[in-house]
Amino acid sequence: MEAKPEVSYNFEVVKWFGVMAVVYLVVGTLIGVYIASELAWPALNLDIPYITFGRLRPLHTNAVIFAFGGCSLMATAFYIVQRTSHTPLWSNKMAWFTFWTWNLVIVGAVITLPLGMTQGKEYAELEWPLDILIAVSWLSYFINFVFTIAKRTVSHIYVANWFFLAMMAMITYLHVVNSLAIPVSWTKSYSLFSGVQDAMIQWWYGHNAVGFFLTAGFLGIMYYFVPKQAALPIFSYRLSVLHFWTLIFGYVWLGAHHLQYTALPDWAGSLSAAISIGMIIPSWGGAVNGILTLSGAWHKLRTDYVLRFMIMSLAFYAMSTFEGPVMSIRTVNALSHYTDWTIGHVHSGALGWVAMVAIGALYHLIPRVCNTRLYSTDLVNLHFWLATTGTVIYISAMWVAGITQGMMWRAYDDQGALAYTFVESVAAMHPYYMMRAFGGLLFFSGAAVMLYNVVMTVRTTGSEPAGAGKVEA
Amino acid sequence: MSASNNGGSGGFFQRLQQKMEMNIAALTLMIALVVSVGGIVMIVPLFYIKNTVEDNVMKPDGTPKNPELASIKPYTPLQLAGRDVFLREGCYLCHSQMIRPFRDERERYGHYSLAAESKYDHPFQWGSKRTGPDLARVGGKYSDEWHYAHMHNPRSVVPESVMPNYPWLEKAVVDADRVAASVGAMRMLGVPYTDADAQGAAAAVRGKTELQALVAFLQGLGTAVVFEEGKDYRD
Repeated sequence: MEAKPEVSYNFEVVKWFGVMAVVYLVVGTLIGVYIASELAWPALNLDIPYITFGRLRPLHTNAVIFAFGGCSLMATAFYIVQRTSHTPLWSNKMAWFTFWTWNLVIVGAVITLPLGMTQGKEYAELEWPLDILIAVSWLSYFINFVFTIAKRTVSHIYVANWFFLAMMAMITYLHVVNSLAIPVSWTKSYSLFSGVQDAMIQWWYGHNAVGFFLTAGFLGIMYYFVPKQAALPIFSYRLSVLHFWTLIFGYVWLGAHHLQYTALPDWAGSLSAAISIGMIIPSWGGAVNGILTLSGAWHKLRTDYVLRFMIMSLAFYAMSTFEGPVMSIRTVNALSHYTDWTIGHVHSGALGWVAMVAIGALYHLIPRVCNTRLYSTDLVNLHFWLATTGTVIYISAMWVAGITQGMMWRAYDDQGALAYTFVESVAAMHPYYMMRAFGGLLFFSGAAVMLYNVVMTVRTTGSEPAGAGKVEA
Repeated sequence: MSASNNGGSGGFFQRLQQKMEMNIAALTLMIALVVSVGGIVMIVPLFYIKNTVEDNVMKPDGTPKNPELASIKPYTPLQLAGRDVFLREGCYLCHSQMIRPFRDERERYGHYSLAAESKYDHPFQWGSKRTGPDLARVGGKYSDEWHYAHMHNPRSVVPESVMPNYPWLEKAVVDADRVAASVGAMRMLGVPYTDADAQGAAAAVRGKTELQALVAFLQGLGTAVVFEEGKDYRD
């Protein structure tokens, strides 16, 4: 690629979003390890209301999705949009506004969720004042991103940005509609919807938080950082166009597959399951596009640990997006629903795909926005193995646990009576819950290694000449 | 990495794609449109198709097909206070309230759940995980004393349980004014409380502990309807 005129990008805000993402990765996975341990050893609830499983679990999901995931998306989007538009941010001030409001929301979550202030909807627990702050922060992010693209100095809008745009638009819809509520005080409100309609809206929200926040956004990360780290063009432009439009159109329909056999009308659950199965095509289209970008250059994986994170993430992405459609098949869902298999599936996506691709991207961008080099690539390799082993242990334990639960619940003895009481299935989970906590501990340890490595890297900010990191976009 | 190798020619969709890739307003609008379709198709009909909630289903002669569902009533103020405790403690993260139409679930938990049974639930509490058992019809299954002992220390009555102890519930007193405000909010949302319900709400819960409220809520779950044996409520 030819040399481009020097552009003065706003990277300071990218750097701090990146650092905070790593901090929240450590915090979020630590809470995860703790609540996993509470299920294995319930005495760890310590009779303290603020740290019981029911109050900490929302803090864990909010911390990993919105704090770690959100800061990763904001760091990478603000980095990519500048690089691929060859222009600084439309408003540096607004980017800092996004940074401070988003982090304020996270502080608010850390205070209110352990106090039991919740709307009682999974992944949308935060009460209405924080919901309003989220909306304001999110729109500032969206607007800044769109206007930065509007003042780009290149003709085309790069594919990574399409994915970010889809995420920003969809999350705006989801958050606003699902959070509609009547307040009774500053800390309590009731959902505008009830029963079956509330269930459908919640899972439209819930599944698309996965589909857009944790998939489309992170595919945006993949479409920029995989080719960048590999120094090769993306495998196929046509595939990315097809992948993009089918993925964003299709994902929206999937929420009802969380509600099969419930009181939601059958037409909704079945329609959703049918489209879920079809979603394997765009999902694998994206995974193939990322992985084949390396075709002919596989040797890079031997020496480039950052690239390893990215390619491993795509392998987990392909696996989870195969597993998801399988779990939405009605007969499989009858077994898997309500069990720990769901938890395993979520974590193969969240740890294996979302976290790993973000970790790869952060290792790539943090030294570049700091004009320095990574403190230690050996520690990146250590992190890679801790994260991979931890994820594999976690999801294997949950597969066995979930299928065991499902089989025990429906088992009959030869007298035609239920073979097991419910609590026998609880007791059977103990070894798997211990294994899961251990897998999570490994993953958390990797995150802690990363935080150390990133802090040591940021401390050497400016040690390389400015522009050394500024590879052409 | 560049779209230019695709040229500006080609079919309609190729030209459309080319235009959008060079026009941020067009691209953003098209995306906003494309991602709205699925949600509209899946959600909006649920508010308009009458038989989505089973007590709205009519026979050809215009009378309700399921008259036994008329016995579904809003929560009492004490139950509503208990439901707030249920939400606050995150019980829904381990306990579903949605029984599926399978033989084993029928034998374990009772008749499959109907949409009508949660029509006053703001928010819904169907749940997504059974670390503990389903609670949709737990009402009346155990005595109040069993629940008090169980909430104080679950392992005293179920040794294998992994549920946390909730010893603070028996000490905390329900905030009566808050419950009155909650009943008011529910009325705004269309839950049919009468004026008398609203005026008496605070008095009905004053002095009760959160544990009493929670147990009142649990003991009411799934008890409203006497189901007709063999009737298909979901056709």
